[in-house]
Order: sequence, then structure tokens, then C-alpha cells
Amino acid sequence: MNISDIIKPENKVYGKSGLLLDKEMHYCPGCSHGTIHKIIAETIDELDIQEQVIGVSPVGCAVLAYDYIDIDWQEAAHGRAPALATAIKRLYPEKYVFTYQGDGDLASIGTGEIIHTCNRGDSVTIIFVNNAIYGMTGGQMAPTTLEGMKTATTPQGRSHITSGFPMKITEMIALLPGVVYATRQSVDTPAAERKAKRSMIKAFKSQQLKKGTSFIEIVSTCNSGWKMTPVEANIWMRENMFPVFPPGDIKDETGF
Amino acid sequence: MAVRGAIEVNIESCKGCGVCVANCPVGTIALSRSVNGKGYNYSYMENPEKCTGCTNCAVVCPDTVITVYRVKI
Ligand SMILES: Cc1ncc(C[n+]2csc(CCOP(=O)(O)OP(=O)(O)O)c2C)c(N)n1
Ligand code: SF4
Ligand code: SF4
Repeated sequence: MNISDIIKPENKVYGKSGLLLDKEMHYCPGCSHGTIHKIIAETIDELDIQEQVIGVSPVGCAVLAYDYIDIDWQEAAHGRAPALATAIKRLYPEKYVFTYQGDGDLASIGTGEIIHTCNRGDSVTIIFVNNAIYGMTGGQMAPTTLEGMKTATTPQGRSHITSGFPMKITEMIALLPGVVYATRQSVDTPAAERKAKRSMIKAFKSQQLKKGTSFIEIVSTCNSGWKMTPVEANIWMRENMFPVFPPGDIKDETGF
Repeated sequence: MAVRGAIEVNIESCKGCGVCVANCPVGTIALSRSVNGKGYNYSYMENPEKCTGCTNCAVVCPDTVITVYRVKI
């Protein structure tokens, strides 16, 4: 059988979601942001809610997320995406509203906003991309940086004596009664990516319940910031990030 | 029942990250020796006869540049 006999429209089993725009993403080769954008696009596609979704993009590498997924977007000031999402949801309660935030954005400058949004239990979805570093600004320490991890601002490795411990935001917000779903996922393997997508679908669907905030952390790589190849970064993440940030559901009160 | 698969790579959009190569369970894919317009060694089917069309490579590709086809034989 020739390859040309296989590559025919009727035999297609996987292709780019129509919600992913043709514009090429500016992300570094192998960056988790691209894979996460893909599962968001596929989730919105599968739930058939393109017209009802409003995304809030962050300050960080994903600042241009609005150029890549064909939905309505609002750009937030650094760390303020959850506050903006709250406002949007209250003005348009029937819309699906989500934020997309890095760990510098969500766990550092935006710590206050995320805690209070989750505590109010606004029915929005928070997508938290934890790559343990400030990617966009050149690899400085984030609150999530691992102990001993070398970054631009911790050249000797992070020490809890001077910089505190890696902050486990997802466990922290799971304690709040306003949170209906809190999970940690990754997108480094096909199985993990498919599981993360199922969690993403659950997180978006939970907005229909109007019972609280859904929060999905994705443990991610920043291979440029970590100074590794993309494949090495995925291995390093599994060996070093997963013991501190183990994947799995932390809280699930969705009932589905 | 046997299956045959094949992938189509959007060569100019591939960033040569190698994530697809590492995640193909049967060793179909490799990075090319030549480069695309951006200077990246793009992915291609080095062993096309091995492809089962499982979609793993396309699912993990951060830039979603792979389309997968599968037929039953
Ligand atoms: C008010 C303000 N302070 C600081 C910055 C500089 N800044 C831009 S992105 C960023 C951190 C981004 O890190 P993260 O949220 O982890 O996202 P990543 O780039 O890793 O995806 C910082 C501190 C800014 N743009 N605005
Ligand atoms: S579809 Fe599966 S078998 Fe074919 S190249 Fe991709 S990962 Fe390999
Ligand atoms: S995963 Fe995608 S971008 Fe990376 S080498 Fe493979 S086809 Fe190219």
C-alpha cells in the first residue's frame, strides 16, 4: 500500500482543531504552552461553545494567547486575570469564562486575586501553567521554583532559607469551599495530554453547575529557561517536578 | 485486523522540537537532515511502513503541525 493511498481525506483520524488559528505561535520549540492551547481549543470545539467563551490572557509568555484561539478574549494586567474573569462572569453569567495564567502571574504578583476569586467561588475556570520559572522575562525564580533549582535570580539554587518553599497553590485553593474542582495535570505524553483534556472538559462543564471555581494546574516545561532540549525538559519535569507537584485530582465536587 | 497509518507534517510550521519522535511508540519518525525555511530540522516519516496511525505524535506536538491518517487492511 502506498502512502498516497493512506493520506486521503476519508482516512483522516487527527488534525488541527478549527479553533486554532493559522497564525504560528511564537513559543519556543517544544513549549508546553502550545500543547495546552491545543487542549483548550479542542475542549471548546467538543463542547461546541465557541460563541459562549471568553478567555482572559495573562502577562507572561502567553500574553498573545488571543492571537491563537478563535474565541473572544480580554487581556489582563499582570496577575489580575481572576479579578477580570469575575467581572466578566458577573456581567455575562451565561458565558464560559476562563483565565490562562503562568506561575509568575498567578502565584506571585496575582496571589491575592486568585485566592479571593476562589474564595468567592466565582464559576470561572482557572488554567494555571506551572513551569517553575518566569519564562518571558528570562528565567527568574517563581514562587513555584523547586528547592535547589538554579534560575537567573537563584544562581546557587533556590534555598527555602532565603526564598521560601515551592508554593503549592492548587492544594491551597482546594481548601476553600468556593472551589468545586481542583486538579493537577501535565501534557508531556500522549496519555497525559488526553487525560488533561478530559479534566479541561470537566472544568469547563462545571461552570454550568454555578457551584464554584474550577482550577486546573498543568505542570509544564520551559525548556529554554531550564536550558535543556524539549525532550530532556519533559524527562526532568517528571523526575523533579512530579515529586513536589504530583499530578491527579485534589478535589472534585462536580458529580460528573 | 491490521491497520496502516501515515502522517503528514506541515514542514514550514514544524519547529524541530523532537517531542513527536520521542513519543512515537514504533519509531516511525525522525528529524530530517535538511532544514525548513526557519532553519529547523523538521520531522518526517523515516520508517513509513511502521506507522499505525495511533495519533500519539500529533497529540503531543505543541504546534499541532501533524495530521494523521489510518486505514484498515
Ligand atoms: C506589573 C508588571 N510587573 C512585572 C512585569 C514583568 N513580567 C512580565 S512577564 C513576567 C512573569 C511571567 O512569568 P509566568 O507568569 O510564570 O509566565 P511564563 O512566561 O513562564 O509563561 C513578569 C514578572 C510586568 N510585565 N508587569
Ligand atoms: S501516528 Fe503513531 S505510529 Fe504513526 S508516526 Fe505518529 S506516533 Fe508513530
Ligand atoms: S512535535 Fe511538532 S513541532 Fe515538534 S518536531 Fe514534531 S512535528 Fe515538529
